[in-house]
Amino acid sequence: MSRNSSSEESTVIARLRRALAPGAVLSEREDIKPYECDALTMHRELPLAVVLPSDEAEVAAVLELCHEAGVPVIARGAGTGLSGGATPRSDAVLMSLARLSRILEVDPHARIARVQPGVRNLAISEAVASHGLYYAPDPSSQIACTIGGNVAENSGGVHCLKYGLTVHNVLAFRVATIEGEVLAIGAGALDLPGYDLLALLTGSEGLLAVVTEVTVRLIPKPECARVILAAFDSIVTAGGAVADIIAAGIIPAGLEMMDRATIAAVEPFVRAGYPLDAEAILLCESDGTADEVQEEVVHMEEVLRRAGATECRVSRDEAERARFWAGRKAAFPAVGTLAPDYYCMDGSIPRKCLAAVLEAIREMESKYGLRCANVFHAGDGNLHPLILFDANVPQQAARAEAFGGEILELCVRHGGSITGEHGVGVEKLNHMCVQFAGRELEVFHGVKRAFDERGLLNPGKAVPTLRRCAEFGRLHVHAGQIPHPDLPRF
Amino acid sequence: MRVTEELKSLGERIRAAATQRRALRIRGGGSKDFYGAAPQGELLETTHLTGIVDCEPSELVITARAGTALAAIEQRLTEHGQMLAFEPPRFGERATIGGAVASGLCGPRRAYCGALRDFVLGVQIIDGRGDLLRFGGRVIKNVAGFDVARLMAGSLGTLGLLTEVTLKTVPRPKAECTLQFELDQPLALERMSQWAARPLPLSATAWHGGRLLVRLSGAQAAVRAARQALGGECLEGAGEYWEALREQRLEFFDAAQPLWRLSLPAHAPPLTSGDILLEWGGALRWLRGSVDVDGVRALASRFGGHATLFRACTKPPEGPFHPLSPSMLALHRRLKAVFDPQGLFNPGRLYPTL
Ligand SMILES: Cc1cc2nc3c(=O)[nH]c(=O)nc-3n(C[C@H](O)[C@H](O)[C@H](O)COP(=O)(O)OP(=O)(O)OC[C@H]3O[C@@H](n4cnc5c(N)ncnc54)[C@H](O)[C@@H]3O)c2cc1C
Repeated sequence: MSRNSSSEESTVIARLRRALAPGAVLSEREDIKPYECDALTMHRELPLAVVLPSDEAEVAAVLELCHEAGVPVIARGAGTGLSGGATPRSDAVLMSLARLSRILEVDPHARIARVQPGVRNLAISEAVASHGLYYAPDPSSQIACTIGGNVAENSGGVHCLKYGLTVHNVLAFRVATIEGEVLAIGAGALDLPGYDLLALLTGSEGLLAVVTEVTVRLIPKPECARVILAAFDSIVTAGGAVADIIAAGIIPAGLEMMDRATIAAVEPFVRAGYPLDAEAILLCESDGTADEVQEEVVHMEEVLRRAGATECRVSRDEAERARFWAGRKAAFPAVGTLAPDYYCMDGSIPRKCLAAVLEAIREMESKYGLRCANVFHAGDGNLHPLILFDANVPQQAARAEAFGGEILELCVRHGGSITGEHGVGVEKLNHMCVQFAGRELEVFHGVKRAFDERGLLNPGKAVPTLRRCAEFGRLHVHAGQIPHPDLPRF
Repeated sequence: MRVTEELKSLGERIRAAATQRRALRIRGGGSKDFYGAAPQGELLETTHLTGIVDCEPSELVITARAGTALAAIEQRLTEHGQMLAFEPPRFGERATIGGAVASGLCGPRRAYCGALRDFVLGVQIIDGRGDLLRFGGRVIKNVAGFDVARLMAGSLGTLGLLTEVTLKTVPRPKAECTLQFELDQPLALERMSQWAARPLPLSATAWHGGRLLVRLSGAQAAVRAARQALGGECLEGAGEYWEALREQRLEFFDAAQPLWRLSLPAHAPPLTSGDILLEWGGALRWLRGSVDVDGVRALASRFGGHATLFRACTKPPEGPFHPLSPSMLALHRRLKAVFDPQGLFNPGRLYPTL
């Protein structure tokens, strides 16, 4: 027996069953349970059904059918999203793209790979490694997350300071609209006629269309890479050093920061040899030819020391480089051992504000009575404060959420954004009201309608309704002013 | 968001035009008047919207009002040891940054460093209702809301009046060297492709008339090593060549015949008819002379690319840009309507019905 017995719903499920291969439609509770949430686990709901199409035609068929029946559809890759972009709804079909997992073409000559959306990020680099190439964006979740999810979130990674985000590394998409029509967006040339829909679709959180194929750009693997581990006796000095590196005209291949709490948590895990007495460390990487790296590392070290580094260690070989990075890579799980729960925030700010914002977060720790570990993409100004709490202690979860919210508002005040790379999903709908005024939100809804008139693709995510913002009471009132009050409206 | 007198009066003009349903022709310095279909409507100029709002070396970001001269922006960045990576063509001294973003055109470095749209971080626009809106921001990573800022790149002013733009900048390379090779077109394409697959500091390539020029930019050591790997001596005065290529002042661009811009996958086969100039490792191909509109378009489509009639005395009725499929055109029209419901801005400039 299916969980939903309402006749309309069961007809949709029956029709989906007829349209797809046997076993591609799940509706039994125990079968759909694994899909009840993504990595934002506090939001859970069982979907109406889970469908597992195995090619583009089936994806289009599911969409067409659901569109006709007026049933919402939510796309899902690997479910590693941290903002609830793939959180199900009880009235919606959850469409997993996991079975579209083939690498369709690798052309080392043209330096491109054409892949289905369910291909894992790392699988692309592995498949092209023998040609000396790789796919640059490398989210920490890269062993699991899919390229379709990366496109939907415009994901970044440790190396995106130098090599760009997803949007900078994709050349073409095929997408299926909610009506089940397949569109080709670009085809491998460096630009496309008309509006740049490639850019518009990237980061659209599955609200505009379902990505059925992605052509990615591959780049040659650098000959050599070395990383500097620089220690600082204050987080403010470390923040200043980040700005100094960039101002010196250096674009490191990676520039990451970890604070004292994080260092203390990871060191027992990985024995990376991090200085435990440091208030903050920076990992600053250089890549390129051996000579180039040599030249750049000297320059980087000079800037870091001048900025107040108390110690600089340059990796001597690949093993040591891997060890220095191991701590950064293990940081989230390691911090996870410090408290029963943690809440991972994701805001971005201009680099020059790093020191001030980190200081302010320090002060908020005592205000909320919760600790916060900081490990983040410093070079990009992309913060990932990890707020530690215990969900079993009354009020702590709510306090953690309030703490996170205040951090995001602080980011906006400093000219930054409420999300650098994790997306809005369901998590940050309220904070969108802080960053955007009503008219801009209306434009987002308009863009959504231009693709999906009836609002059936991943509804209720990414863009809050104006009503929700009014209820939240934060319709982007900045410094006591309503946005451009002098401009009358239609 | 500071609302200046200029912004207010621009908003009022747009509202008045909306009430009277008058088309508006948005213009910066007019340097790209030739680009796209003939501009129509009452002139709406950004010449008073000038000035660099913010430019801090540690941020690698510049914010400027849309009417600011591209030259002024580039000069300021040079002072900071920075530049616009995509080397936007100016096509005249009056070119503005707003016009550069709206046209979306990129210069020689594009294939190796990214397109203009890759560097757009934020925009402020006035839409077809006369409302001042802001999308994106001043930070490099920002995934809040749809990426409307990047959508503006190359939209040719059909979605709104750009009033302010924020772009990411890059440090100027420390060393630069241009190598020259005598090669025919097929071999030049092959070489450019082989070299691009190696970790070499390529920053521009151009081939015309049996001569391939390759620019290397980066750290001293990287440029030196690449020069040795590729062979050849650094060409004297190459800076002028790249500048002339970017500004289309080379002799190739002089003639009166139509100039086609073909954007193709770099590995598309060599073109065999007409006078050809290659850039971007073969991904950008300028074709001089052909008047066979359908033939050129079919050729570009066959290889997965598109063709723009870039400069011509007469433009075809379907417009200079590669026609869109009916569904894509319909989608474009729905998007246009979101920003400009009455179709005030630059009607027909991008596509006849847009
Ligand atoms: C431990 C951990 C570390 C992480 N590190 C990083 C990091 O370093 N950088 C970073 O940017 N992110 C990081 N993330 C977040 C997450 O991995 C990325 O957002 C990733 O891109 C999500 O991919 P996914 O396949 O899991 O997508 P899902 O979570 O399944 O879906 C994410 C969104 O994409 C949509 N979607 C999925 N597939 C498609 C499709 N084919 N077409 C249209 N829409 C689709 C969904 O509807 C949803 O809105 C991390 C997450 C975890 C758990």
